[in-house]
Amino acid sequence: MLVLPHLDAAYSLARYLARDADAAEDIAQEAFLRAFRAFDGLRGEPKPWLLAIVRNAYFDWRRKRRGWDTIAAEDEGAIERAVDADGETAEARLIRRSEAEALRAAIETIPEPFREALVLRDLEELSYREVAEITCAPMGTVMSRLARARRMLGARLGVMEQAP
Amino acid sequence: MSACADKALLLHALADGELDAGHALALEGHVEGCAGCAAELAGIRQVKEALLGAHPRFAAPAGLVERIEAALAAEAAPPPARRRSAAEAWVLPGTIAALAASLAVVVALPRGPSLEGQLVEAQVRSLQAQHLTDVATSDRHTVKPWFSGKIDFAPPVVDLAAQGYPLVGGRLDHLDGRPAAALVFRRGGHVINLFIWPGAASAAPTLEKRQGYSLVCWGAGGLVFWAVSDADPAALQGFQRAFAMQTSG
Repeated sequence: MLVLPHLDAAYSLARYLARDADAAEDIAQEAFLRAFRAFDGLRGEPKPWLLAIVRNAYFDWRRKRRGWDTIAAEDEGAIERAVDADGETAEARLIRRSEAEALRAAIETIPEPFREALVLRDLEELSYREVAEITCAPMGTVMSRLARARRMLGARLGVMEQAP
Repeated sequence: MSACADKALLLHALADGELDAGHALALEGHVEGCAGCAAELAGIRQVKEALLGAHPRFAAPAGLVERIEAALAAEAAPPPARRRSAAEAWVLPGTIAALAASLAVVVALPRGPSLEGQLVEAQVRSLQAQHLTDVATSDRHTVKPWFSGKIDFAPPVVDLAAQGYPLVGGRLDHLDGRPAAALVFRRGGHVINLFIWPGAASAAPTLEKRQGYSLVCWGAGGLVFWAVSDADPAALQGFQRAFAMQTSG
């Protein structure tokens, strides 16, 4: 059996960009196919390299999609499995799941470039430099996008003031 | 009251550990005397903690690996005219096989890969369903006795939830032909496997990277420790410091 490192990272980024469970699967699959084809082009760390490919696959998917919008259907199964692996109690699982779902919904309301910076830095724990390379943006832009994203999320969580 | 305009972005960089020591020290000094910047920094840290604590990262659904595997195999198959058997489609020829070997890890490898390779393999194996922990509990008093009788050494077990690395459980693993204790911790959406066995290693931790995973190795009390994770290297080094500090005293 083939084990693909960073599959969760690829899927999660695709899911946050497309905000659609089915599209995220298609985008992640397409990205892995491209990664295998272009493997000779890999320089440096595989994870940022793969996530840059996911991002391109997402933009291609978005271009192809003609004007129709999909409603993100929550993939209960994936969440269930993700927490089952922890062997948590049912109660802890319930609390964590609702927290995660509330947070996911909040993240999905953040406009795209800001959401992307937040997901890459805070969920995938990439460095500013790696986020800048993946998103083809200068470091200063990455920093201001990340700050805006955190402020929007922080305001929603009630721990930061609204943008002045 | 809000943060000083010229410090707004730097406060994020400080919270993210992206400032060098000199700038970090200067900014921390400023924050001590500036209520606006202090409140902003506290808010940033609360957002980061909420993200770490609630695991908003999505996990790939079951079946996606198989879908990708099938798509890769179909792509690697010879064109229909030359196709001989369906089974051949599963043999990845030439370049694709080389790519698969590098980007992906094929489980059930023959014996003989390097220790680091085995550690990454064990990390990947542990992430497959049902394999993460043999004893799943955050209570170190349950994990520690669980190992006795299974291995001939006593691995130190601590919970580092307060430092941001909650203990998830323990597992018996096999590395380099000998049994090893594996403690499992969590860092946000990432899993940290800590492999422990008797042996000698330098107390000074060394960091290396392999196939996108970070590995930190150090020695203490006649035991060798290897921490493996796909979390960012700084987080793994933070884990090493927290673990070493908790077990030294």
